[in-house]
Parts: sequence; C-alpha cells; structure tokens
Amino acid sequence: MYEHDVVVVGAGGAGLRAAIAAQEAGADVAMVSKLHPVRSHTGAAEGGINAALRDADSWQDHAYDTMKGSDYLGDAPAVEALCQESPEEVIRLEHWGMPFSREDDGRVSQRPFGGLSFPRTTYAGAETGHQMLHTMYEQVVKRGITVYDEWHVMDLAVTDEDDPAERTCHGVVAYDIQSGEISGFRAENGVILATGGMGQVFDHTTNAVANTGDGVAMAYRAGVPMEDMEFIQFHPTTLPSTGVLISEGVRGEGGILYNEDGERFMFEHGYANNDGELASRDVVSRAELTEVNEGRGIEDEYVHLDMRHLGEERILDRLENILHLAEDFEGADGLTEPMPVKPGQHYAMGGIETNEFGETVIDGLYAAGECACASVHGANRLGGNALPELIVFGKRAGRHAAGEEMGEAEVTTGRSSDWEPADYEFGVEVGETDGSDPAAADGGAVATDAESVVGGAVDRAQERVDELLSRKGRNHAEIRSAVQETMTANVNVFREEGRLEETLEDLREAREAYKDVAVSDPSRTFNTDLIHTIETRNILDLAEALTMGALAREEFRGAHWRKEHQERKDEEWLKHTLISWNDGEPELWYKPVVLEGENKTYEPKSRSY
Amino acid sequence: MSTQIPKQTEESSETEAETQPASKGEERRAEKRRRAAERREQRQEEEAEKAAADESTVELKVFRYDPQVEGKQEPRFDTFHVPFTKGMTVLDALMYARDTYDSSLTFRHSCRQAVCGSDAMFVNGGQKLACKTQISDLDEPVRVEPLPHAEVTKDLVVDMEHFYDQMEAVEPYFQTNEYPDGELEEQRQDRENREKIKMSTRCIWCGACMSSCNIAAGDNEYLGPAAINKAYRFAMDEREGEDIKQKRLEIIEQEHGVWRCQTQFSCTEVCPKDIPLTEHIQELKREAVKNNLKFW
Repeated sequence: MYEHDVVVVGAGGAGLRAAIAAQEAGADVAMVSKLHPVRSHTGAAEGGINAALRDADSWQDHAYDTMKGSDYLGDAPAVEALCQESPEEVIRLEHWGMPFSREDDGRVSQRPFGGLSFPRTTYAGAETGHQMLHTMYEQVVKRGITVYDEWHVMDLAVTDEDDPAERTCHGVVAYDIQSGEISGFRAENGVILATGGMGQVFDHTTNAVANTGDGVAMAYRAGVPMEDMEFIQFHPTTLPSTGVLISEGVRGEGGILYNEDGERFMFEHGYANNDGELASRDVVSRAELTEVNEGRGIEDEYVHLDMRHLGEERILDRLENILHLAEDFEGADGLTEPMPVKPGQHYAMGGIETNEFGETVIDGLYAAGECACASVHGANRLGGNALPELIVFGKRAGRHAAGEEMGEAEVTTGRSSDWEPADYEFGVEVGETDGSDPAAADGGAVATDAESVVGGAVDRAQERVDELLSRKGRNHAEIRSAVQETMTANVNVFREEGRLEETLEDLREAREAYKDVAVSDPSRTFNTDLIHTIETRNILDLAEALTMGALAREEFRGAHWRKEHQERKDEEWLKHTLISWNDGEPELWYKPVVLEGENKTYEPKSRSY
Repeated sequence: MSTQIPKQTEESSETEAETQPASKGEERRAEKRRRAAERREQRQEEEAEKAAADESTVELKVFRYDPQVEGKQEPRFDTFHVPFTKGMTVLDALMYARDTYDSSLTFRHSCRQAVCGSDAMFVNGGQKLACKTQISDLDEPVRVEPLPHAEVTKDLVVDMEHFYDQMEAVEPYFQTNEYPDGELEEQRQDRENREKIKMSTRCIWCGACMSSCNIAAGDNEYLGPAAINKAYRFAMDEREGEDIKQKRLEIIEQEHGVWRCQTQFSCTEVCPKDIPLTEHIQELKREAVKNNLKFW
C-alpha cells in the first residue's frame, strides 16, 4: 500500500494545479493517472482562458457574462470565485513561463469569444491547452511531486455508513497498467478527483478515447450525487468525419458561418441578430442543425466555417494549429477554402456535486475540473471558461485538501434543508442489474479504520479483475459502441421524450449485455482490453444518469432543448438536478440554484445574443 | 495468423425469446434484443463480405509480442484485413482490428488529433503518429511496428521511461531571478522572441525523434533531440535572463549533449509537429561556442 497526505486522481490541468497547490500548502502529494500527464486531454484545448486582466474589464463583468451564459443555472459563489481568481492564476502561468501570444508592447494578448462582453480570452495561438498542460507539468517536475503514471484508478476506498454524508474517503485502488499489480493508495488528508470529461458516452466527440468519466462514475457509486448531468455542450465547430475541434478562436478572430446557399445564416435567418457567429455555443449549435434539418446543410450534414478573409498573416499568427487540424483530419485547406464543421459533443457541464472549494458530500473526497460541478457553467459553458476553471478550482481543492483554512462554503452539498424529491416515473428500470459486474464496488467496506477500508477495496478490485480475466463472455467493444450510438442519435442537441425513453431501454439492454462481459486477453502486461472493459461500465452508469436528467427536466434551458417544452421555466426549474446512486437504485432529486453573489443577486433575464 | 473473420458472438437471443416475458416492458425489450441481434448478425455478415473483397480492404501486418502470454513470447507479425473508409488513419485501422478481430491487440492512443503524443509507431519503416497518418498515403501491406531503439513492453507499446528521464535531465521548467513587482503583472516578451521559441514549444513528447536518431541508438546517455529542444525552448526565452541561460548552456554542453549530434536530420524528418530539431541543436552549438569565447 502506498501512503500520501493527498492523492490526486488524473493529471490534466485540474489535477496538476491541485497537486502543486497541495504541495505548496505543505502536503505530501501523489498523482495517480491512467495516462502520463502530458497525454491528458487538457492538451487539446485550443481557444483560451478568460480572465479580466485589463483596466477596462472587471471580474464583475466576467461573472455577469458567465451567469447569463449559464442560463442562470450557475451558482453565483462559484462563478464569482472563478472570475475573481482567474486573473492571478493566469499571471501565475505566465510567471511559470507559459508562452502566451503577445501584443506589440509585450503584454499577453486577449481576443473576443462567444458570449463575452469584453475580449478577455487569453491565449497561446490555437494551442492554449497544450501550452498550459506542459507548463504545469514542468512545475510538477520542478517540485519533484510523485507521479504514478499509467496506473488506472478502479475505485475509491470509502466507508459504508448508510448516509453518504457520513462516509469518509480514505484513498483509492489502482491497477498498474504496466505490471498488472493492484494496489491501495491511502490518502491521509484527501483524495482529489480530476479525471476530466465523459465524451466517450457519445460517438461524435472532441474528447479523447481516454475521456470515459471514470471519476464521476466512481464518486457516483460511492454515494456522491451527480449534478446537472443532462447539460452537455455540443461545440458548433467540429470536423464532420472525426469530431476534431476547430477552435471558437476562429469565430473570435472573425470567422464566418455559411449554409449551402452561401447565406450567413446566424444573421440572415435571425438566430443571433446582435452577436451572429459569436453567440453562445448552444445557440450556434442549434442554428447549424436547424439549417441542416431544413435542407440548407452541405451534403445534408454540415455547414461551412470560412476564415480566408482574415488573411494568411493573421491566420498563421493566431490560428496556425487550425490549419494543421483541418488539413490532417479533413483534408481542407483553411487558407483557400471554407472548412466543413458540425456540432459535436464537447463538454459536460454537470458532474460530481461539489461546493466552491471542491469538497463533495463525502468527507475527504474532492473533485475539480470538468469532472466536477460546482457549478460554474450551469446549463451552458462559455468558451474560454473551462481552462480557468481547472486552475482556479484545482488550486482551491488542493489547498483545502492539504488542510488550509478557507472559511465556510456557500454552496451546499448533499441534502440540506432545501432539497426536493423528484416525482418523475421513468417507465424503464434503471440502475444496477442483478449480478452485473458483481465486484464493482458501490458503497464501501464494513470496516471503518482507514487501513481496512483501503484493504477491503483492494480485495474487491482484485476479485473483479480476476473474474473478468478468467471467465468467458462477450467483448465490451460492441456494448460501448451501442451506448455511443443511441446517445448520439437520441440525447443530442435536440431531444424529445419518446426517443429519450427509447434510449433508457437501449441502455437497459446494454447493461444486460454487460453482465456477460469478459476480457479475452489473459495478459497482466498492458492489458488495455481489461482497462477498456472497466471504463465501459463507467460509460453505462453515466449515460443512464444523463438520460434520466434529460427526461426529467421538462423545460428548455441552455444546452438542454426539449421538443415538448420550448421555454425556460424559471418558476419551476431554477434548480439543479441531482442523481444519487443509492446502492444501485438511482434516485432523482433537486436543490435550488444559488443566484445570490457577494454583492448582488443575478436576476434571470431573457437570454438573447 | 491469417485473416480473421468476425465470429458470431450472439447466441443468447433465441433462448431469451423462448422465456415467457414478465411484463409489457420486458416483451418490448425482448423484441428489441431480437432486432438488435438480427442487426448485429447482418452487420457482421456485411463486414465479413467486405473483408473478403480485396479491393476495399487494407492489409495490415502488425508486430505482436507479449512476454507473458504463451504463443506471443516469440515476436511475430499478424495480418488483419480492415475495410477501408475514406479518411482512415493507421490508428483507425488498428482500432478497427482490435475491436472487431482481436481485443488483445495493444497500442497507446488517446486524443486522436496529434496532440497527446501517445501513438508514435514505426509504419512502413518510418516513425509516424498513427492518428495523423492516412492509410491512403501508404503502400500495402501496411507494416506497423513499435518504435525502434526502445524496449518493447507489448505489441506496439514501448517503454518510455528512458525518454522521460532524458527530458527531465535538462531542468525542463522555467527559471528566472527577476519577476515584475506587481503580483498581477506579467513579464513582457517581444513578439519576435515568442515567435523564436514557438516551434520548440510544440513538442508533444511522442519520442519519434529519439527513435529515429542513430546517435541515441549508440549512446544511451545522449540527451537526444527532444530533450535538447526542450533546453532550447528555455535557453532562447528572453524572460529567463542571462544568468539562467549560462546554466542552460552548461547542461547542453555536457559530454552527452549537443556535440554528439552529427546533423543527420533524421529527427527533423520524422517530427510530426514539424519542429526544426536539427536547426535548434545547431543553434545551441553556436550559442555554446560564442559563450565559451566570452571567457577567453
């Protein structure tokens, strides 16, 4: 068993920042990640980091834009923390040597982005995430922080009190991909989940193959509620054949969207008469698909994004990476022709319920970054707000876990006095199927002392691996692609009741199939068949929760559009959706959104761009 | 091993159909399962047909090795016939082969867009990123091997530890003794200087350069192109200051540093991010010479 004060799971932007912060606060930190840190998907982020750095800008304006962008489902204390602390965190990155794009006077450049009232998106070409990831990993190397890379965390070691709010997390269990060894990682002070996105729930996604939402699924099964899972961002500009992201920076710099008839549809068809291409992402994605559905798409599938008029010099200076991506993955030359684009799954606004310090309802368990839901993005994330979330909330979780006093949280976790049960009948059975994946732990061990809790979790993980390796059965790949297909077909930009119900049935079927899953590669060395099989279980749990949330939320807010419910219903729905695993019988409930900030209340207004 | 045709895995549908459905929901699900099984069968038949028709398939010869599994301890090549689709990359083909024919086929991959650096491989005799190498640009059969000059862990996976050690040997992190006064104030950097280091900051640690380098193959302690490029990225960054640059030049001038490079340009040729590695190494040599002359 390995022992550290703080164990960080995942080594992308949030994990790296959390580890650095915890170490600076005096903790002995270790990072455990299924990938080497520089392989993390933060590296694929392109556009930039929103930060109110300039005199003419203010964090208050950033907060206002973010609350509006969230369609008033962001919690103000978390949103304000993001906007207040982003500037110092961005400057810290600069002090760590991050190669930002520069102005003539040598200061860092900023550009306009969708939904922003000021050009506050700080960037490094169209490869901001890559530069940020490497800059922070350099700091981890400098500080000598221990990294267990290519260790796949299988489960959390959590006590088993009936009420999740009374449980404690003592560590994690991880599988060494290289050697096949399963080991416990005891965390004296806390475990921080920073496992990133869940894009693999869908098949057309900008996310990496590794983005299977492991942390969210583990926390869910351990008793932490998942929050606002129905809110998935579909990015309006992804390459049609692969889902590779074309940065919003293209539109920020002046790129224009055209339909098959050569119309600038964002204006000409009235989707966003003021902001056009720079409306919020949910607005642009719906506009594109409406164009396609009404017969004005190109090859009935996509639209054109044109940046030729920006000129070669400006493109090479600020968007060079986009030229490479369009060329390598779509065969399009952005300098001489428009690029084909369509919406693709990009980001999960929801995730592990946390407060503004990254704490979950389970003592000693934290989450930060895309896997977490504080919530800073509410119903729709603004472009350029994901990277600051990583550094602001990574830092906060790291410090808190290391024992720093940070005051009282204003965002609640778990069921405080104002929770509300949901009365939605799903009509399809959800949750654990009998005998599916029996050793996949939910809840925790009977023991309460830390050593035995971790030890028990290790034994269960060992049993599960041995079982998967020894039995005969079906391969996971077919189940995974069935889930991805139904999710992409039915729980996409446009959602309707019947098809959502059908999806729950498809997912039930996939769960049944998963009962017979087995790993045919007998090797203990680099057994990716085993790792993918374990991930597929996580994908199943997340897809189901996401669809449940999408069915229950009978309104249209932010990225969540419902055919039968074409308006935002503030009377009824200014509240977060929460789903508790409840030992295999998922339970849906709600808690109110927090619109009261430090000095003001964000009154919901109609959202037009 | 010859061409694998997907096996029928779905045999349970009939037995399920015989059991009495418990409810309407059950009935509906059973019906859906039957339909899904039919669709699956049909799909597999189609795939097998496609695989049989030579013109629309790609022949892959893939290196296989597993120190633990009987029959794989002796390295061998397996042949896979993968249906070709427009825009298919080597990574797409490998994933298809794994998910359809042999789930034990092992390779690293994650982002699919040439930024995570996981999937550098030896494709038809050259170091390539599998995700950005189009099948249509390659001669058949496409031969896929692990990166040369590295220890093979399994199939296409190599041990990267040595590469990481070399990267970390050059103090790969920003250092300066002079920060601006205000906490919220950035260091200034000229656009030209940022431009100068830009290409060097694009490295994705894929290891293709190191694998292609003859010198690195013969001298295990040679820092190698990627690590020297990392040193270049900092040595040329004006924000670090002259005193730090001095220290950096000492690191790259060591016995196994820049002077080992014989300017064969193989690293530059294989770099998937088009970093002019050899030029960077040459420039550091010049900097080192200039620096040494200062002390004469």
